[in-house]
Amino acid sequence: MTSTQAAPRGVDGAAPTGTSPTDAAHAPSPALAAVGYVARKLGLFALTLWAAVTVNFLLPRLMPGTPADAALAKLAQNGPVSEATKAAIEAQLGVPTGNIVEQYFAYLHQVVTLDFGISYTFYPQSVGELVSAALPYTLVLVGLVTVVAFVLGTLLGVLAAWKRGTWLDSVPTLVGSFLSAFPYFWTALLLLFFAGYVLRLFPTSGAYGPTATPNLSFEFFGDALYHGVLPALTILITSLGGWILGMRNTMISTLGDDYVTFAEANGLKPRTIALRYAARNAILPNLTSFGLALGGVVGGSILVEQVFGYPGIGYLLFNAVTNQDYPLMQALFLMITVSVLIANFLVDILYGVLDPRTRR
Amino acid sequence: MTTSLPPTTAILRAPITPAGEAPSAWKVVARVASTVWSNGKARIGLIMLAVFVLLAIFAPLIAPYGASETGFERSADPSAAHWLGTTAAGEDVLSQLLYGAQISIFVGLVAGLLSTVIAVLIGLSWGYVRGFGADVINFIVNLFLVIPGLPLMIVIAAYLSGGGIGMIIIVVVVTGWAWGARVLRSQTQSLRSRDFITAAVFSGERPFRIVFREILPNMTSLIVGNFFGAATAAILAEAGLEFLGLGDSTVVSWGTMLFWAQNSNALLTGQWALLFAPGLCIALLATSLTLINFGVDGISNPRLREGTKK
Repeated sequence: MTSTQAAPRGVDGAAPTGTSPTDAAHAPSPALAAVGYVARKLGLFALTLWAAVTVNFLLPRLMPGTPADAALAKLAQNGPVSEATKAAIEAQLGVPTGNIVEQYFAYLHQVVTLDFGISYTFYPQSVGELVSAALPYTLVLVGLVTVVAFVLGTLLGVLAAWKRGTWLDSVPTLVGSFLSAFPYFWTALLLLFFAGYVLRLFPTSGAYGPTATPNLSFEFFGDALYHGVLPALTILITSLGGWILGMRNTMISTLGDDYVTFAEANGLKPRTIALRYAARNAILPNLTSFGLALGGVVGGSILVEQVFGYPGIGYLLFNAVTNQDYPLMQALFLMITVSVLIANFLVDILYGVLDPRTRR
Repeated sequence: MTTSLPPTTAILRAPITPAGEAPSAWKVVARVASTVWSNGKARIGLIMLAVFVLLAIFAPLIAPYGASETGFERSADPSAAHWLGTTAAGEDVLSQLLYGAQISIFVGLVAGLLSTVIAVLIGLSWGYVRGFGADVINFIVNLFLVIPGLPLMIVIAAYLSGGGIGMIIIVVVVTGWAWGARVLRSQTQSLRSRDFITAAVFSGERPFRIVFREILPNMTSLIVGNFFGAATAAILAEAGLEFLGLGDSTVVSWGTMLFWAQNSNALLTGQWALLFAPGLCIALLATSLTLINFGVDGISNPRLREGTKK
C-alpha cells in the first residue's frame, strides 16, 4: 500500500476535527440516531452481500466453457471421448440444468443451506467439510496477525509523526515502505529458506507435526503455534509498513489542525496531545482502511499458505484452482468475500461508536 | 484560486488562473517534476526506477546469455560464468533476471495506465453527477473495493486459464481501478463547489468540458500518484499470479522464476541467489514507485513536503 492509497477515506467528509458542543444540541436523540445508523449500515451490508453472492454466480457463467468442458478436455488428451462418457461426466459434475433464472434460484438455495455439493478433487468429501476443516487455521492466523500488525503499525506511525524529522520518523518510514513493497510469497520463501532449511529453527510445512492429530489438548496447541510462527511472521513483516505509513500521514495532517495548536497553547502535556488529541482523530480514517486492507491481507495469506503448505482456506483455494475444482473454488471465493464483508460491516459499526459525527 | 467574478456576460471561458491564461502543459509537467525531484526520497525512487528501465530496455545487450538458453550445468551455484548461478533447467539466472525486468515494467506501466484511465473517467464523472446515478456508481465502486482483490484475480485467472500477460493485465485492471476512482471522486466533489466551476457553468460550458478541462488539470498530482500506486499494485499482483502458476509459465518473468524455483526445490538444493534475486528486484521496483509517491504526495499536500514544519 502506498502512501497515496492509504490517504484517508475520510476525505469524503472534512478531515477529522474536534467535535463542537453546539452540534450535539440540535441533533436528534442520540439513541435514535444510533439505531438509524446501524439500520442504514445493515441495509447496505445486506445489499452488498446479495451483490457479492450474485457476482459469484455470474462469474463462471460469463467465462468461456464449463467445468465439464474442462474435465472432458483433460480426458480427450488420452483419446476420443464417447457420448456415453460425456453424459456420465456431465451428470457426475452436476452440469446446471434449466434456464438461468432457475439456476440462480437453485444457487441461492445452495448458498442459504450452505450446501455446495461434492468436491471434484477430494471426492467423496463435501465442499462444506473441506471448508470447515480449513477455516479455523486461516481465521486464527490471519485474524490474530492482522490485529497485532494494526496496533503495532499504528503506534509506530503515531511515534513517527510526533517525532517528525528524527530517526524515529525516518527509520520506520523508510523500512516500512521497503517492507510493504515485499511480495508476500517472497518474504515467505526467504523465511522458509533461512529459518526453515538453513537454520532448521522451525518446521518447513504444515500446521502441525506429522504425528499429531487435531484435538483440544495443550500439546496440540503448542505444536500448532510452533508451526504457525513463520507464516505469522511473514504476514506481520509484509503488512506492517502500510499501517505505519497510513497512520503517519493522517497524524501529520491532524497535528497541523487548530485544536492541536490550541491544546499546545493551553500547556497540555505533549503525551496527552499526541495520544488523546491528534492520534484519537487520526485513527478514524485508518480504521476504514483497516476494513479494506483486510481483503489484501487475506489475499496475501493465500500466497503465504501456499508456500508453507499451511492447510487453511488459501491453500485449499490454490488446490481447487490448480485442479479446476469449480464447486470448491466457488464456495471458497464466496467464503472469503463474505468474511471480508462482515469484517467491514463490524468496522463501520465501530467507526460509528468512535466518531459520533457519522451517526447523524 | 478563487477570483472575483466579472459579469457573466463578459466572459466566454472561466479563467483557471487569476491571470486568465492556463499554464501550458509543459510548464505543468516541469513544475510537477521539479517538486517531485526536490524530495529526497522521491529522488532516490526516480533514480532506482531509471536504472530498472534502462536494464530492461538494454537487456538483450547486457544479458550474458539468452533468457531461455539452456544447456548449462543445472542448479549451479554462483560462479564467474554465471554470476547468480543457473536454474534447475540449466538456464542463466542473471540473464533471466534482466529479461524478466521487461515483463514487470511493461505490466506495471500498462496496467497502471489503464486502471488510472478508468479511475479518472469514473471518478470524475461520479464526482460531478448527483442523484440516483451517483448512488448506483457508489454502490458498484464500493463492491469492487470490498471484494478481496487477489482471490478474485485467482478465480478469474482460473476460468481464463492459459492466458498470457494480456490476461494478467486485464485481471489486474478489473480488480484495481476502484481505489483511484474513490479518491478522485472525493477531490472532484470538493472542486466542483469552487467559484471557478460555478463561473464555467454560468458561461454555458458543457459538463464534459467542465469535468475534463476545468477540474481535471487541478488534480494532476492525485492522478500521477494514483498511477504510481496502481503500477506498484499491478507489479505485485502480476508476480503473485505468476508465482501461483496462473499465468503463462513459459514466459520468463520474476514471478515465473520464483514459480520454477519453488517447483524445482531450489529451497532444498540451497540456491539462495535464485530465490533471493527475483524477489529483491520486485521489492526494489515497487519501492522505487512508492518512494516517488512521497514526492507526489508533496504536490497535493504541502504539509507532506520535506523541510516544512507542521
